[in-house]
Amino acid sequence: MTALSRSGRWISDHIILIVGLLVLAYTFVPIAVVVLMSFNAPEARLTYQFDGFTWHNWTNPCEPEGMCDAVVLSLEIGLLATIGATILGTLMAFALVRHRFAGRTTANLVIFLPMATPEIVMGSSLLALFVGTGFSGDLGFWTILIAHIMFCLSFVVVTVKARLTGLDSTLEQAAMDLYANEWQTFWRVTFPLVFPGILGAALLAFSLSFDDFIVTNLNAGNEVTFPMFVWGSAQRDIPMQINVIGTAMFLVSVLIVLAGSLRGRRRATA
Amino acid sequence: MTTADATETARESSTAAARTSRDLRLEALTKRFTAFTAVHELDLVVPSGSFFALLGPSGCGKTTTLRMIAGLDQPTGGRVYLGDDDVTTLKPYKRPVNTVFQSYALFPHLTIFDNVAFGLRRRGRKDVRKAVDDMLDLVELDMHARKKPMQLSGGQQQRVALARALINEPEVLLLDEPLGALDLKLRRQMQIELKRIQLEVGLTFVHVTHDQEEAMTMADTIAVMNGGLIEQMGAPSELYENPATTFVANFLGQSNLIRGEVVAGGDGPELVVDVHGSKIGAARERARVHEGAVWVGIRPEKVYVAAAGEEESSDANTVGGGTVTDTSFIGVSTQYLVRMPWDQELTVFEQNTGSRPVFPPGTPVDLHWSRAHTFVLDARQDASAGVETVDDAP
Amino acid sequence: MSALTQTPAEDAPPEPPDEERPALGRRYTGYLLILPGVLWLGLFFLIPFYSLVATSLYDPAGTVFSGYEMTWAWSNFDNAVTDNWQPLLRSFLFGGLATVFCLLLGYPLAYAIAFKAGRWKYLMLVLVIAPFFTSFLIRTISWQLILADNGFVVDTLQTLRILGADDRLLNTPIAVVAGLTYNFLPFMVLPLYASLDKIDHRLIEAASDLYASPIRGFAKVTLPLSMPGVVAGTLLTFIPAAGDFINAELLGRPSDSMVGNVIQQYFSGGNNYPDAAALSMILMALILGMVLLYVRRAGTEDLV
Repeated sequence: MTALSRSGRWISDHIILIVGLLVLAYTFVPIAVVVLMSFNAPEARLTYQFDGFTWHNWTNPCEPEGMCDAVVLSLEIGLLATIGATILGTLMAFALVRHRFAGRTTANLVIFLPMATPEIVMGSSLLALFVGTGFSGDLGFWTILIAHIMFCLSFVVVTVKARLTGLDSTLEQAAMDLYANEWQTFWRVTFPLVFPGILGAALLAFSLSFDDFIVTNLNAGNEVTFPMFVWGSAQRDIPMQINVIGTAMFLVSVLIVLAGSLRGRRRATA
Repeated sequence: MTTADATETARESSTAAARTSRDLRLEALTKRFTAFTAVHELDLVVPSGSFFALLGPSGCGKTTTLRMIAGLDQPTGGRVYLGDDDVTTLKPYKRPVNTVFQSYALFPHLTIFDNVAFGLRRRGRKDVRKAVDDMLDLVELDMHARKKPMQLSGGQQQRVALARALINEPEVLLLDEPLGALDLKLRRQMQIELKRIQLEVGLTFVHVTHDQEEAMTMADTIAVMNGGLIEQMGAPSELYENPATTFVANFLGQSNLIRGEVVAGGDGPELVVDVHGSKIGAARERARVHEGAVWVGIRPEKVYVAAAGEEESSDANTVGGGTVTDTSFIGVSTQYLVRMPWDQELTVFEQNTGSRPVFPPGTPVDLHWSRAHTFVLDARQDASAGVETVDDAP
Repeated sequence: MSALTQTPAEDAPPEPPDEERPALGRRYTGYLLILPGVLWLGLFFLIPFYSLVATSLYDPAGTVFSGYEMTWAWSNFDNAVTDNWQPLLRSFLFGGLATVFCLLLGYPLAYAIAFKAGRWKYLMLVLVIAPFFTSFLIRTISWQLILADNGFVVDTLQTLRILGADDRLLNTPIAVVAGLTYNFLPFMVLPLYASLDKIDHRLIEAASDLYASPIRGFAKVTLPLSMPGVVAGTLLTFIPAAGDFINAELLGRPSDSMVGNVIQQYFSGGNNYPDAAALSMILMALILGMVLLYVRRAGTEDLV
């Protein structure tokens, strides 16, 4: 085999992998831009291009007015929405997998629909509700929170349900055979085994909540979350600190995932 | 901790268990589903300290019965007793009964040590270290105490499942086809191990299996189940040598069943049956019916193949005019298929002692067997019941 | 125990549906568990939906402040379609194109992860999801930079003569579709991966043992078996893409507006709730139609 045909052969064997990796690289291009722009020293307003390198943005992250408040608000809502959605969603997942009740089809549809509904429709219908019931003056923190829990629920249910269906029910029978009552069986066998799913669902819910714009924008009243702040500045003048926050978000989430997988790896070999 | 110490401790606790363990009694136990009945009014007594096997093909109800004893399923009728105590409605965690599951059901998130200690801890025992270490010694897994189940092989997992159940010294230990996933050699080994442990520890074992060789190797008493009913119950040799139904005759080992008609001896100690012209004698106690159409049964290894026309002792039953159609060398024995004049193919196993000639296919032969080995069954039963075909094999 | 060596649960009668489910609780536990969630969704999703239906029939002459009158104004629907058939069409066009591109890009990636990644499988999955932990608004703004008129990408394409000297990428439909494709890629990749991962490799080996070339093996075995993933991914991608307005707003011109943009304008303008609601209903109805078609074929158990 000549060197050329050898390399040709190698390419055709690995073509799928190469294409896949290229696509993967493509998804990171904007991230690279975000990281790059976080070090940008803008020369002029209203143009968005890389002019010069600076640490300034990182050392003065809260310089833009209202940005850090928006970040804090998003974090608060994210935390509360995660707790609410995770608890409610986990309960629902258990009901769907482990118990029987009439109206499963309806329940499945009701849970699926929020995932299939465009955000603009969800947001606007929720706004219509608030307006129609006379709360149009009270739009703010609580309406945002309500909306977030609502659209995160379905995703939590799907995630936990996937983990729960994979759980061998013989394990719980074995626990009861070994003198554990229903409560002990749940806490010592079921819960530890479902927990990774619940944790994953919570992380998913948090990122959905933190990043949400469309539904939030329609129901926020005078409050400003971080995505709303970004949108607003996209209409006007984009402070580079936005990219600092974006980069920080990316790093934190990557760290969490890495930590999780390392922990999982260590447990398996212990 | 040496194995000797471990077995000593096991023996001490075993006598204690044997003293307190009671007979397991099932009374008209029934499990009915909407579409069919899995278990049909089962009556059974398992004496304390015995090794009892529930044997039967898939779907016969044996696992369902086991689960009802464990409390994992609720019967639709009948009762379960331990001694004089009615445990039928008790939850599984309230019964002094433990199960070794077919899939082992080891807790994947706990170490071997914690798996084995699970039952003891749930009952409130704080100091479990010595008991667990002893038990792990008994099943020879003391080196793996800190590992997780998925790091062990199938055979090792099976032993953990056993240890996890045994350590609680239950009055009855239930085993649901625990050796099914092991390869042949390992299975044979574990069969002997289990039997040894049971004798040492003195607990009552109830073992569910579809493997008749396994049941016969290990059990003191076998109950053969079919379609939710017990066909016959007794010691392995009893079931094997003197089957009560065609199902048992075919399910345990193999049988030749030949159609015949009782012609004489209805009241005497011996029956005479006309089998396609030949006169066959059978002891009265070995006949389940004493008149009319019957199946004459004889195990293949009890049959003697002789060249056609050769004399045999008058004590033997003889059917003549057969032709060998197949001769297979199986190492331990030679298997013959002999086609008889009435178009039935009979099976003969002859042990390869080296002193007997081998008959090639086409040889005309006569078949002889001792009167004492004959058994007689009701001709109304299905002669193919219990025969495992290619379609049935797991 | 692999599937090959495991003996089937010998005795288990075909698990009598629902009779012997290890019901760890009593009869009503199921209802109790599912109730809070369903109530929440009922209150804040279903009822608003009903509200939306009602709003779409209000008299468009009212305002948020003066209140609306219910006049059963079916004409709102008519007006919504006549005024906005272009954005509607564009939404389905852009959404459809984005979905197709997501499929073309996402299938090789999902395939690579499922079949070719080996021990890097988990890492690659994480890498697929990782970019999407950054705010998607920020990412879309980054695309503004990447596709800018004097940027690297446009310059290169002009040098390669793919783009004319006066052409641009930003503020064109191309940019909008590119943005949609980018943003919704994981929604396609993950279900595809889940479906591909479940395929038993031995089936593909069997195909090649039976004289199928790799391409035929793929077409006859892998592709059909991955269909559930393709359908799920398509649904999960097309639906949000068709309803999106952010990509259109940031990467396109006003004449590229999609339905979402129009609805957003109607709402934030403050005056046009009924029209906005009517338009939302139409969008929703079209999408629901597709979902129900899917449910009719595949049932609801696999939805959630």
